[in-house]
Parts: sequence; C-alpha cells; structure tokens
Amino acid sequence: MILHPGILALTCGTALVLLMMIYASALAVKIVLRWDFSSSSEEQLVLERKSYLVSTIVNYALGFEVLSLFLFIFTLDEIHSLFVGAMCATGSLNANPIGWYALYAKIVAFFAAALWIALNYLDGKAEDFPLVKTKFRWLLLLTPLIGLELYLQVAYFLGLHPEIITSCCGSLFSSAGNGIAAELAGLPAKSMMVAFYAAGVLFLLGALPCLRRPSASFRYLFTLLAALFFTLAIAAIVSFISLYIYELPTHHCPFDIFQKNYHFIGYPLYLCLFGGTLFGLMPGLFQGIKRIPSLKQEMERMEKKWVLLAVLLISSFILIVSWPILFGHFKLADYPSFIF
Amino acid sequence: MRHLKILEYALSSLWRRKYKNMAIILVYAFTIAVLASILFLTHALKTEASFLLAEAPELVVQRVSAGRHELIPLEYGDRIRKIPGVAEVHPRFWGYYYDALVEANYTLLEANADHTPLEMLDGHLPAAPGECAIGSGVAAVRKIGPGDDLILVDSTNMGIVFEVTGVFRSPSDLLTNDLVILDRADLIEFFGTPPDLATDISVRVNNPKEINTIAEKIKRQMPDSRPISRSEILRTYAAVFNWRSGMMLSVFAAALVAFCILAWDKATGISAEEKREIGILKAVGWETSDILELKFWEGMAVSLTSLLLGLLAAYVHVFFLGATVLTPVIKGWSVLFPTFRLIPFIDPYQILVIGFLTVPPYVASTVIPSWKAAITDPETAMRG
Repeated sequence: MILHPGILALTCGTALVLLMMIYASALAVKIVLRWDFSSSSEEQLVLERKSYLVSTIVNYALGFEVLSLFLFIFTLDEIHSLFVGAMCATGSLNANPIGWYALYAKIVAFFAAALWIALNYLDGKAEDFPLVKTKFRWLLLLTPLIGLELYLQVAYFLGLHPEIITSCCGSLFSSAGNGIAAELAGLPAKSMMVAFYAAGVLFLLGALPCLRRPSASFRYLFTLLAALFFTLAIAAIVSFISLYIYELPTHHCPFDIFQKNYHFIGYPLYLCLFGGTLFGLMPGLFQGIKRIPSLKQEMERMEKKWVLLAVLLISSFILIVSWPILFGHFKLADYPSFIF
Repeated sequence: MRHLKILEYALSSLWRRKYKNMAIILVYAFTIAVLASILFLTHALKTEASFLLAEAPELVVQRVSAGRHELIPLEYGDRIRKIPGVAEVHPRFWGYYYDALVEANYTLLEANADHTPLEMLDGHLPAAPGECAIGSGVAAVRKIGPGDDLILVDSTNMGIVFEVTGVFRSPSDLLTNDLVILDRADLIEFFGTPPDLATDISVRVNNPKEINTIAEKIKRQMPDSRPISRSEILRTYAAVFNWRSGMMLSVFAAALVAFCILAWDKATGISAEEKREIGILKAVGWETSDILELKFWEGMAVSLTSLLLGLLAAYVHVFFLGATVLTPVIKGWSVLFPTFRLIPFIDPYQILVIGFLTVPPYVASTVIPSWKAAITDPETAMRG
C-alpha cells in the first residue's frame, strides 16, 4: 500500500519535515542553553545568526505541515475505492483505525505549528528577541509531535490492505464479505444543534469584553470558548451540518464536503473554522507575552486584530453552515425518525 | 506592500542572473516532468479502465481448474439463473488471437454477448456467418475497411476468410482497439471450443447490494467457479496502477536526489558579485530577515516556474506524444498492443502530489545556503 504516489509524497514530505525539525532542534538546544542577549561575545553573535536559520527552517517545515493536512485528507479520499464498503475518506480511516489517531495528530500539529509561527512573528517584532528562549523550548516539544505524526501515518498506511482479486477467487470471501463501516454515527441532531448555536453565540459575545477592557481573564475565557466551540463545531459537522449539505438524513461524513458535488464548500468552511479557532486561541495563550515591555504595545495592537479576525471567521463559518439549514431544500424535520 | 517590493526585487535579481537560473529551472522542470508523466499516465489509464468497466457485467463467473482459468460448462449458467436476485445470465465466448502478419494481438468476441456501447464508424455488426466487425485499431493496422476480407488462421491451422461488415470505436480506445467481433457459431468453430462449454459467464444482478451474496452463493454451489465482481476488478486495476506508478516514482526519486544536490551546489556557490550585492543591501538598511524573505521569493519563483513548465511538458508528453517513453513499463501488457490515445484528464490531486514530492526537497536543500548568504557581514562582503 505504501507505494501509492500520494502516500509516498506524504511520507517523504513528513519525513523531510521531521529531518528539518530535528536539525533545527539541535541548533535550538544550543541557543536555549547559551543565549544571553546582553553579552556581546562572538558566540552570542553566532547564536543570533543561527536563530535566523532555525526560524527559517521551522517556518518552511511548518508551512509544509499545514499543506500536508490537506494532502492527507485528499489521499484518504483517493484510496477509498480500494476498500470494500468504503465510500469516502471515513471508510479509508475505518479500514485501519490508527488513521484516526494520525488525523488527530495532524490537526494538533497544525495548530501547534501555526501558533509557533505566530510566536516567531511576534519575536521578530521586538528589537531584543525577548521570546527566543520560549519559542525554542516550545520547538523542542513540537519536534516529537511531528515524529509521532510521522509514525502514526506510516503505521496507518502500512496497515492498509486493499482488497483485490487474488489468484484463487475474488477477495470478498477472504474478508468474510464484511465491508467497512462507511459511516460515522452522529450525535443526536437536535440537542447538538442547540449546543452548537449556544456555543457560537457565547463565543461571539465573549469577544465584546475583550475589545473593550484590558483584563486578562476575559482573554482566557475567550480562548476557552474558542476551544469549546471548535470541539462542538466538529461534532456538529458530523452530527447535523453534513446532513444538510448532503441533503441526506443518513450521511454524516465530514470529508465529502471537500468534493466537487458539494461545490467544494468544505474549503471555505474548514478554513473559516480552523482560522477562526486559531485566532481565538491566541489572545489567551499569548497573554504572558504582555509582561514583556518591548512587546506590550505591539501585543495590545495585535490582540485586537486577532479577536476581530476570530469573530469574522467564526461568524462566516456559522453563516456558511446555517445557509443550507435555513434556505436548503432539505428539512431534517421531514425525517422524524432521524432526529433523536 | 513591503512584501511585494521584496518580490519585485527577487524577480529582477533572478533575471539579472538569468543563465544560471535558467539552468536550474530546466533541470528542475525536467525532473518534475518525469515524475508528473508517471502520475498523469497512470491516472489516465485508471480513468480509461473505469470507462472500460462501466458497462461491464456486475459479475463474471469463471471456472478454475488446477489453479488456472478453464472453459466453463453451459450448465453452470442454468444453475446460476435459478439463484434468486439474478436478472440475466449470458455465457460468453471470446479469446485472444496473435496475428503474425502485423505482430499484434486481437481479442475475438462473439457478436451478441457484447454489452458495451459500440459506436459504428462505418457499416454494421456481423449478422450472418462469415462476417466480422473490427475495431478501429485493427482496421488501421491491417489497412482494411468494410467490404474487405480479414483472413485469420484458426486452431486447425486453416486460413478462414471473414468479410468485414463494419468498423467501430467506443468511448474508451483501450477496449475496442484490438477487438474483432464474429458470429457466435464462427467463433466456436474458429477456436475449436467443445460444444457445451463457454469462456465465462456474465451475470447481471438487479440489486447492486446483492452482488456479494450472489457471488457467495455461486461459489458455494459450484466450488470450482470463481466469481469476480466489477468493483473488485476496478479495485485491482486501481491498486495495480497505483503500485506501478509508486514503483516508478521510487525509481526516479534518484533523479530528484541528484537534482537536489545540484540545487544545493548552485545555491552554495554564491558568486563574489552576489555577495557584494547582499552586502550593499544590508549596508543600506536591509535586515537579515528581509534577505531571507528575498531568498524565499526567489526559491518560490524558481519552484513555481519549474512546476508549471514540468507539468506542461508532462502533459504534452503523455497526451500528445502518447507517453512514448513510459508506456511499456506502466501499461505492462502485451508489447504488441496497438497504440492508442489517452483521454486528457488532470486532477488537482495529482498536481498537489507532484508539488509535495518536488518542492520540499528543493526548499530543504537551498535553505542553509540562502541563510549563509543572508548573514553575510556587509563590511567583509563589500571589501570582497
């Protein structure tokens, strides 16, 4: 299975990213141990220069990391036809359940990578590199995460055994004729709908005090709400949003919405959700940076931007998913047996 | 705005060293073209196979004896017909024929069992013994048309004359190019097939969800049979083509590595003039991060140009020139197979895969050299 072009590209790409990250981590260890901004020794100069190299390498590596999430889902979608009973990416993942962990690892790596890039950006804004030690310490945690991701990905693809014709008979008898569960079971639609919209409204309301008052606790709350909304939104996509997009009361797949049949609506939808969540997480997570004098002003300016961006993206997300619910042909209420 | 200005500077600096960069782009594009050709070709063949099988029966039942495909008794068809859920059962008669005259393989098929839509270019399908209809590939290779004779040598080494009544083609060239359609009685006599045997049996099933159950029942009732469903054939084709293209990609990965070494070398061998240029930029106020961004845009421009050129070259190679270099390896069927034209088809997924296979290695091999250039001390650089 590993010799599929898409799988090769994913494996080689992630392996390359990991190599770059390991090299960067080796440099980062040296920087974390020896960094002393007040010193004017030659060593410090070399370290300062090396910190540029590490940042560049990691920026590239994490950029690929973000793209590889898309390639992973594309590949899952592409290989589903190789498995009996699989109808979309969900079926490919069910063919070897490690795939789900690989996907989760990829999503966590996506957020971690994006947050790191933001941290690096902030660091570049100040004259005295105040975040060098912090960001390189985090980098040392990020590298094992990428390693874990590569491991899970390879384990997943190696464990896939497409069911093809063997020389004795058709394969369907070797697997006892049991296809893969092609569907995800969604959570009850009605209560999910209430929870999703309540979380959405709470999140948007949570932005107001952040824009008006400087208190840190509001930012922490905003970040918590962002995380909560993200989890609920993913559950909601599986539970009822997908039903309205596919106009089928039984189809819960969160990946099919990337396909052409559904006007590629998945791209703006997930882009808004992931982007909005990312900007929602940043104010709370980066609160500590405000204590650094050289970054205080910049942070206050950026923070407003992040909150506004988060509100904008999450509102667009809610708008995109609500559109088919409000104006589509499909009405879930017409299928009472599917509403729990 | 600042980023745009740096991009503008990056493009003009690439243009100033156009010959050096052109060399890189050419080699890069060539590597991409090779890899993209493999992907395009396999993808086109997969599409072709799915066209070919779209009209195929849901289930084909063969008989297996001593692990080999055997002729199947007609009586099996009657037993299959009795299974609930089976709509239609057709014994099929077909075989391969090697034409020593033009060194090509034909597929000989009986007239009425054909389920695929054949678009007649000229004439009609055989209606009486002694007539035949041929695929456009056979017509071209034998240089014959309706009204001409096709002479084939049968199993007793006798030359048999068939009158060509029609030439046809179907949406997929792969299917009909080498096809010769004969009357059933002619075909049985030609191959010397025993009277109560057929090549295989095609089964139509009303409800697609029942295909597996019916296949299972056939296998249980007739243990020496081998039911093959259409979806299994499609899956096998997909797996085989994926495997072949993955194999080829791995082989050509060596080319990619060689290219990366070249890119590394070119990026490291930074000229004195270039060094001075970076020195001056830093002296007039550019920061290290700006130079790194400049290098990023340069790399982007080179990568994207090469990607575009490589994809174009691969497209021309596969769909206009028929992938002359790769077909024997990927197709892997008879080398005597008549040539055919592939249906141009490109998927964004292929482009993403190619991009992911080729761009990261280039970036990884140029990042350290460009950093080395970016940290150049302005004073030492200008002094030379």
